Amino acid sequence: MEQVDKLAAQAVEEIREAAGLADLDQLRVRYLGKKGALTALLKELGRLPPEERPKAGQQVNDAKQRLSVLIEQRQTELAEAEVARKLREERVDVSLPGRRPMIGGLHPVTQTIDRIQAFFAGMGYSIAEGPEVEDDFHNFEALNIPEEHPARAMHDTFYFDAHRVLRTHTSPVQIRTMERQKPPLRIIAPGRVYRCDSDLTHSPMFHQVEGLYVDSGVTFADLRGVLSTFLQAFFEREDLKTRFRPSYFPFTEPSAEVDIQCVHCGGDGCRVCKHTGWLEVMGCGMVHPNVFAHVGIDSERFTGFAFGLGVERMAMLRFGVNDLRLFFENDVRFLEQFSRAG
Amino acid sequence: MRISMEWLREWVPVEESAQEFGHRLTMAGLELDAIEDAAPAFSGVRVGKVLAVAPHPDADRLRVCQVDAGTGETLSIVCGASNVFEGMRAPVACVGAVLPGDFRIKRSKLRGVESRGMLCSAVELGLAESSDGLMDLPADAPVGADFREWLGLDDRILEVDLTPNRADCLGMLGIAREAGVLLGQPVQGPAIESVTPAVDDAIEVRVADEDACPVYAARMISGLDPNARTPLWMRERLRRCGLRPLHPVVDVTNYVMLELGQPMHAFAADAVGPVITVRFGETGDRLQLLNGNEIEPGPQDLLIVGQDGPVALAGIMGGEHSAVTASTTRIVLESAHFSPRALAGRARVHGLHTDASHRFERGVDPTIPIYAMERATALILQIAGGSPGPVVHAGKIPTAHADDLIRLRRDRITHVLGLALGPTEVERVLAGLGCLVDAVDDGWQVRPLRARFDLTREEDLIEELARIHGYERLPQTLPPATAPVASAEQETIDRRKRELADMGFHEVISFSFVAPDWAEAFYPEVQGLALANPISSELAVMRPGLWPGLVRTAAHNLARQRSDLRLFEHGLRFVPDASGLRQEARLGGLLCGRAEPEHWQASRRLVDFFDAKGVVESLLANAEGSVRFLPTAHPALHDGQSARVLLDGHGVGWLGALHPSLRERFDVPELFLFELDAVVLSHAHVPSFSSLSAFPAIRRDLALVMDQDVAAGEVLAAVAELDLPVLQETRLFDVYRGKGLGENEKSVALGLILRAFDRTLDESDVNSVTKAVVELLEARFGAKRR
Repeated sequence: MEQVDKLAAQAVEEIREAAGLADLDQLRVRYLGKKGALTALLKELGRLPPEERPKAGQQVNDAKQRLSVLIEQRQTELAEAEVARKLREERVDVSLPGRRPMIGGLHPVTQTIDRIQAFFAGMGYSIAEGPEVEDDFHNFEALNIPEEHPARAMHDTFYFDAHRVLRTHTSPVQIRTMERQKPPLRIIAPGRVYRCDSDLTHSPMFHQVEGLYVDSGVTFADLRGVLSTFLQAFFEREDLKTRFRPSYFPFTEPSAEVDIQCVHCGGDGCRVCKHTGWLEVMGCGMVHPNVFAHVGIDSERFTGFAFGLGVERMAMLRFGVNDLRLFFENDVRFLEQFSRAG
Repeated sequence: MRISMEWLREWVPVEESAQEFGHRLTMAGLELDAIEDAAPAFSGVRVGKVLAVAPHPDADRLRVCQVDAGTGETLSIVCGASNVFEGMRAPVACVGAVLPGDFRIKRSKLRGVESRGMLCSAVELGLAESSDGLMDLPADAPVGADFREWLGLDDRILEVDLTPNRADCLGMLGIAREAGVLLGQPVQGPAIESVTPAVDDAIEVRVADEDACPVYAARMISGLDPNARTPLWMRERLRRCGLRPLHPVVDVTNYVMLELGQPMHAFAADAVGPVITVRFGETGDRLQLLNGNEIEPGPQDLLIVGQDGPVALAGIMGGEHSAVTASTTRIVLESAHFSPRALAGRARVHGLHTDASHRFERGVDPTIPIYAMERATALILQIAGGSPGPVVHAGKIPTAHADDLIRLRRDRITHVLGLALGPTEVERVLAGLGCLVDAVDDGWQVRPLRARFDLTREEDLIEELARIHGYERLPQTLPPATAPVASAEQETIDRRKRELADMGFHEVISFSFVAPDWAEAFYPEVQGLALANPISSELAVMRPGLWPGLVRTAAHNLARQRSDLRLFEHGLRFVPDASGLRQEARLGGLLCGRAEPEHWQASRRLVDFFDAKGVVESLLANAEGSVRFLPTAHPALHDGQSARVLLDGHGVGWLGALHPSLRERFDVPELFLFELDAVVLSHAHVPSFSSLSAFPAIRRDLALVMDQDVAAGEVLAAVAELDLPVLQETRLFDVYRGKGLGENEKSVALGLILRAFDRTLDESDVNSVTKAVVELLEARFGAKRR
């Protein structure tokens, strides 16, 4: 059976050179298949003398076995090469820029309001709103600022006619809330306010947040405690020093301005704090009995405090913005700087 | 208000530094704004006496003076001032002196003549803005004395911001009272006595409105020396308090105002006549003011009227024709009380703001007009001589203390401040503020000084106690937090805004007032609410919507090479209507430029209507009700790309491309706008669970040919109306026009997603749904399966 060896040798050669899995499969069929060359040899065994048959049979079966193993090996080799090729082909340049979604953001004034609201929401204050075109009564009269009051001159009011103005502060929301609801109440009222004034440090429109807390037994000591804690939280400094100075607002008494230790120089004195070491950030006070009288709350039974702060000022201090006008120019290069902040 | 520390120390012993005292005032509510030196730094200047003046041999305009500066030798000094005379006393900067600006005085030669020092003008010493020659010191100035020390120029000036309630501190009298109570020191002002009239010259005073002018006092003084000069000490005090010396009589009235807080006025008597009337303006009144302005006073202007008509705008400014001049020898002095109510806002109406109006508007002590008159008379006599007539006055001078008692309860103090103050402290503070205090059962009965307009009720006194005690010494407490039910609406609108940010939009905040032509261009149907006093014509009308602000912001950024923009704003629009004014919260947005961020693989597609619509749909995804987009024309939008947004049939907003003519007018590229009712977007609803089917879904795609004018939205709405239980969703996934279709036809491809809750659907289910859909669309729109 020289033929067997010859055939096997040829098959081994061809298997070794098979370029792909498909070629290999063809070889399997050609040599080992039902009609394959080796199978044909087996069929021819009958022609051999009987004594030679077992040996020749053995020889053919050995060859089949060997080729089978070889094919399997070659198959594994080719599969691995295929995977390697695919990996090679699908390789990307990971340093190319990624496909990012568009990134927008909330205005830094909104972010600042959100931050203030979050603190007071945690203390149990709910959000109140009011109109921006206000009547004289809510903006002034009910806040104990009658017609001839010199404080009116300080407000630089925009007006429409004898009775309607653009609200000069968020304080009228106090009045509107107390007209609707009775104590106990805790509210916070953020919003736009307007003053007829425009220069480097004044914008004809800006934002305030008003706060009001009315209940029985509310004291000036509570006011100090709440605002000191708030300012420490807002500026993320537990040791932030605050200072309460007497001041004057027609709708509160006693009234106070709240200063914080300068966040730029830490109180040593710098340009930002005009070398005083302090920054004025809020106005506040105990609700004036005349204000309670306007909304029908008994000032013998209830006391309360109110406070107001300028949002842009807080935002400027927190973000280090040095020009108020940037907030209303809405230059995307400015807005983008706050995109990821909140 | 400017406070000279040296002047204050005449009234109250203030031992602490200006800095410390300024801080004390700040912490008492009189906010220190700045501390200034009374004079710039200089040294080596003495009071000198000019012994002899000789011409300079080689210079016509120079003189050679022999000067005694108390140095033990006569100094020869070359001087260029024309006012130098023999016997003159003037400041001398000796050799070695350093003048302001680090100017060192050295021995020198001027045109060949040696000069051992310099005779100084006020300007050279930093004591005036301008001067005409050497500083002419009084004849009794002590020769050889250190000039700085002699004039007290190491004084410091506190600039204090006063709140409008503290008009009582607009004079040294009030500041000293405040200092006294803060420092626990006695207060002692100058002795003021009545001046006995020397002549009978009297003027008659008539007051038409006693509410407006409760007290009006006048006095004639004649025989004044027209050559009199205001003494240096008074000029110095005026200067330090920010006033310019003018004329001795005017200087005295200003000085008394700074000292006692009482604004006064002096008229040239001849221009006034025998009778002064205080009345409101009448038709035909005219008045030329001291500043040169001619006004026609109205019925709300309180006037001082003489024989020839108005001579002053009461409490604000005098008239030009009755002004005291260098040659005036006979004057009428006025010291009056005008009520804040009568003067409120009047100065402003005439574009004025004066020291007098500032004080009267806030309230001047009504008890001191006569006292101030006597003080001013004495000072004028001292400076310019003359014979005073009697003081004539209309109205009654009230008592020093208010008539009404204020009840101050011990408990109430604790109730408001959260701290019990001891009775000794309470009484000390109130007495220090000038109050009459009587202890009663539950507290005190208090009568404050009338000068303290701001003290009328219990809370006012409690504030004074807290103020003087010191806010920083009061306790701090933290009331417990409560947990209210949070406003879901607020949270919801905040979420919508964050969603927009996540979709690539930047929030902007633009002014609520816009240019009238912009408002008109976008909202021609709205008559915008106009401001009566806009800050500029560009910011004159309340915005009827958010688009002008968004487009303007886009233009600002486009001009800065930012062409891919997604912007939104949340705020009110102002729409006047028959029932008044609607102030409605809106959420508006703008898109322009690329649809995707620039990227090496990205498409270069620009945003279109459907990008904007997708944003709107996403914002409304949680709104309660069914959303529809109705093709509707809007004056600001492209006719073929604009839609009214309906929620359950109600208009809740607009969406579309900016109209090409507006694009051109505002020089912006194609851009898309939307604006929605923010209240609708704020409606939060709690999700209600519906169960999930365990059976598989089947999708069947249909292509239907129909007339191209059939709106896709109508097709989808019609399918939805079928309300087939197994039809879970209908997706419109393709619209095709062109080859294979008629000219006016389009093919719309629908994907029907079918699923049942109780079984796996089979082919017969699919066929029956498909059949129902096709039959409906054929009947409704003439659609045919492709």
